Amino acid sequence: MAKKKWPETWQEFNLGGMVFSPGNASEYHTGSWRDQRPVLDASKCIKCGLCYIFCPEGCISQDADGYFVADLDYCKGCGICAHECWPGAITMVEEG
Amino acid sequence: MTKRAGMEIAFAAAEAVALCKPDVVAAYPITPNTHIPEHLSDIVADGRIDAEFICVESEHSALSACCGASATGARVFTATSSQGLLFMGEVMPIVSAMRLPVVMAIGNRALSGPINIWNDHSDIMSQRDMGWISIFASNGQEVVDMVIQAFKIAEHREVLLPLNVNLDGFQLTHVVEPILFPDQSEVDRFLPEYEPYATLHPDKVLSMGTLGMPEIFTEAMKAKDVALINSKKVIMEVWEEWEKLFGRKYEPIQGYKTEGADVVLLTMGSMDETAEVAIDELRERKISAGLLKLKLWRPFPIEELRNAVKGAKVLAVMDRAVSCGGAAGPVCAEIKAALYGEPNPPAIVNYVIGLGGRDVTVDDFITIAEKAAQAEKEKPKEAYEIYGVRGS
Repeated sequence: MAKKKWPETWQEFNLGGMVFSPGNASEYHTGSWRDQRPVLDASKCIKCGLCYIFCPEGCISQDADGYFVADLDYCKGCGICAHECWPGAITMVEEG
Repeated sequence: MTKRAGMEIAFAAAEAVALCKPDVVAAYPITPNTHIPEHLSDIVADGRIDAEFICVESEHSALSACCGASATGARVFTATSSQGLLFMGEVMPIVSAMRLPVVMAIGNRALSGPINIWNDHSDIMSQRDMGWISIFASNGQEVVDMVIQAFKIAEHREVLLPLNVNLDGFQLTHVVEPILFPDQSEVDRFLPEYEPYATLHPDKVLSMGTLGMPEIFTEAMKAKDVALINSKKVIMEVWEEWEKLFGRKYEPIQGYKTEGADVVLLTMGSMDETAEVAIDELRERKISAGLLKLKLWRPFPIEELRNAVKGAKVLAVMDRAVSCGGAAGPVCAEIKAALYGEPNPPAIVNYVIGLGGRDVTVDDFITIAEKAAQAEKEKPKEAYEIYGVRGS
């Protein structure tokens, strides 16, 4: 669950809703919206990076072994990576 | 020294804007406001002011350009009418939500259809709830004064809200009047340089116009509502200062011969002065009639209205727009809401009048005052009428 970041009262609302701390969108963990998550079968993955290219969230990055892995803090479970993965290494699994 | 000049009011409005030295003007022509940006483009082209005049492809772009320019800290102005204001509609609540002090002149014109280029107030009434300060002028002098006041009010640190000055299309925009212009040094003394609260600048990164989730949207709207309500204090201060400097008095609701009046008419815009003449005639006939001229439409002057109608037996509210399918015209509905529950309120009758450029005459107001007095006696259930419509 994303940590609450909004002001408690209307008086604390910044003038015009201005945000003075750039880049703080990353503090909002949109992964909580997900109802399916991508699961990688490393035996099928050829490390082509198509999932990384297509991910609309930009939440896929390469790990130390060269595999492309989704950051579940931000992955919304759209399934585009699984759809694009032609070797069939990514499967969408229902969230518990 | 103050200069007196005979000038078309739209041109005079542009001259008033020029005295305020805007940084950016973005506008798209639409009758009847067109002469305002047209004359401003002349002023910019002649090098009389150091401003960017952005020729945009639509009103949506005009207000979007103003929004962006204001966010960088520029003093900005735009003007429009009718469907042009509707086309700005998508951006209207965003400018106020971002707390950007954009100043706009609206040459009020009927909304189509049928297509009609003439005056009524349906354009601004459609944008009533957009979070803008909304002020109505009775004549050319008021247009000039209000445009200069507008920048000071909108840009005030305790306000920071967009503001529209409403001038009736043709009845005001295209009429030549003798107008007193303050000189540049007087305006410079009255109107300080705009000091923005925050600006878009690469050296100091911030975000404006961000997403508001359900967890914050209610608080955002409350903050905007309170800001608009509180702007009245600054509006009053600026008007008091103006009166001290230039001798012309402005009030949210200006009374004309309302002292002890039984029948009180309420008008806005160019109807005001026609109604004044009617009140004079009624007074000559020993009819106890007075007039309230509503200048400040948003924030709505609730307390001032309650005080202004004390003692009146009947209040006849003119609406220059139809709220189709509604219980009353937009102005009257507001007035009824403000007076509901007040002790001994006047009877309220509502006349929709002057739609799409239909003439509003002195005789019309005399008739309306008589009808209102009759209605006060008979207390009809229906106190709403589209005045002068043909067909029974």
